Amino acid sequence: MSAFSALDFRRDTWRPGPLLPPGRGRDSVLIFVVAILTFLACLAGVGSLGANRAANGWQAQLVGSASVIIRPSGAEGADAAAIKAAEVLSGVAGVEQAKLLERREAEDLLRPWLGGQALADLPIPQLIAVDLKAKSPATAASLRQALAAAGVDGEVDDHSMWSKQIVGAGVLARVAALGAAVLLALAAGAVINFATRASIRAHEEAIHLLHYSGAEDRLVADILAQRFAWLSLQAAAIGAVLAAGLAGTLRVMGGTQGLVPFLPVHWVDLAVVVVAPIAAGGVGALAARAAALRLLSRIP
Amino acid sequence: MDNNAGLPTQDEHSTETGPDNGAAPRDDAVVRFDNVGFRYGRAPEVLTDLSFELLKGSFHFLTGASGAGKTSLLSLIYLANRPSRGLIELFGRQTATLKRDAMPAIRRRIGVAYEDIRLLDHLSAFDNVALPLRLARMPPKAWRKDVIELLEWFGLAERGHAMPPTLSGGERKRLGLARAIVGRPELILADEPTAYVDPAMGARIMKLLMQLSKQGTTVVVATHDINFVADSGRPVLHLDDGCLTAYGAGMK
Repeated sequence: MSAFSALDFRRDTWRPGPLLPPGRGRDSVLIFVVAILTFLACLAGVGSLGANRAANGWQAQLVGSASVIIRPSGAEGADAAAIKAAEVLSGVAGVEQAKLLERREAEDLLRPWLGGQALADLPIPQLIAVDLKAKSPATAASLRQALAAAGVDGEVDDHSMWSKQIVGAGVLARVAALGAAVLLALAAGAVINFATRASIRAHEEAIHLLHYSGAEDRLVADILAQRFAWLSLQAAAIGAVLAAGLAGTLRVMGGTQGLVPFLPVHWVDLAVVVVAPIAAGGVGALAARAAALRLLSRIP
Repeated sequence: MDNNAGLPTQDEHSTETGPDNGAAPRDDAVVRFDNVGFRYGRAPEVLTDLSFELLKGSFHFLTGASGAGKTSLLSLIYLANRPSRGLIELFGRQTATLKRDAMPAIRRRIGVAYEDIRLLDHLSAFDNVALPLRLARMPPKAWRKDVIELLEWFGLAERGHAMPPTLSGGERKRLGLARAIVGRPELILADEPTAYVDPAMGARIMKLLMQLSKQGTTVVVATHDINFVADSGRPVLHLDDGCLTAYGAGMK
């Protein structure tokens, strides 16, 4: 007498087996590849958020300030002209404050560009740092107009050239991250498509039997879609956790300014990795279903 | 399941008419072949000019030497292949114009016991038998008892949890046949159903198939076992090198 009697099937303990055989060992390769792709996609996403934040910060700093170089004119000395200019600029609508920089402060600004030795031999211009009001800031034109009206010869730099470049860099970072994510998703889709085809070939006899027993193509395709969605989700979760771990470690090691000073990553940015498993599951399901339906359509 | 299913008497046999004997096509034809030819790829035809009808509730043996085209003919009926020429009608519908979406429903009306059995090795014997019912999306409560009874009838009640690789050839053959009939299909195609089984079980299986035909199921049994054919006096479709050389007449 077998340990399992027919009576077992009369109870509710029986659960139907899967219509298609389990994937076994070959699934580990798919998990490995999708995990790596997701890992890279998550790092791209976190990096993109950091780059975006850095660009926004730099842009805010540039938009909120202007620099004015004072040139001596007429009988008036450079120092007197600079003091006058600072007073004039402070009175312009949209200016929070205008501060004449001391020589040491000006040298500090120029040192990275010219070097300490060269500064000693060069005349240092009089510089005025203008802080603009956040709401309705003064324009470069209004500052120039005020200086001209006061008879001061000055060159106004509202950082617009730098601001445009930073905005461009921010957009580029976002597009690059999005492009990387799309390419990685396509790569994952291609891998899953390949794996689905391999799975169908491996289970060809079972699939043919189901087909000739009256299974609709979509039933078999849905089984494969569910399987690969689950595998992709698991693999992506591994990749996402690893990416979050690496980003978090670098965040800790990088101090309060994030991974590196020019790429500030906040803890909240790591939440972006949550999207990856969901997206990977969706990509897995769609890729597997499409591949399965295409192959099944070739069976008479 | 009727364990004492007996052979129907000669006068219980269904009558068959076909295009080749001059009679008009019957409305109750479950299968109708009209000048059907079939070839694999560009190879010569393996079936040539087949014309016949299988009526509802009829029982036919399909005989012929190995390679005569018996399995190919069955594959045309269960829509695994398309004819190279000619027309096939199943349940009153032309297969040539059948949309792909409609085929699964047609196939579910056909129970096939394959010569090479084709069990799913990852499923238990019970699950293998239940496969057509699951594909028909019937709730397990509606058929669990039927599957158990069928396993018992085939002497496999204690093997319900066994996986196919652990079963003997005869057990696998019985399982394949149980799967073919469990859904009470309107048409049963049994390819060598008595191969690998002992003579007593073979006789029981043939008796069961004939009983099902009495109950309205159309049955085609491809077999090499000429004794069953001769003893039954049932009509025969005999294939000789892809051509139908005997149709409708018993071999007795």
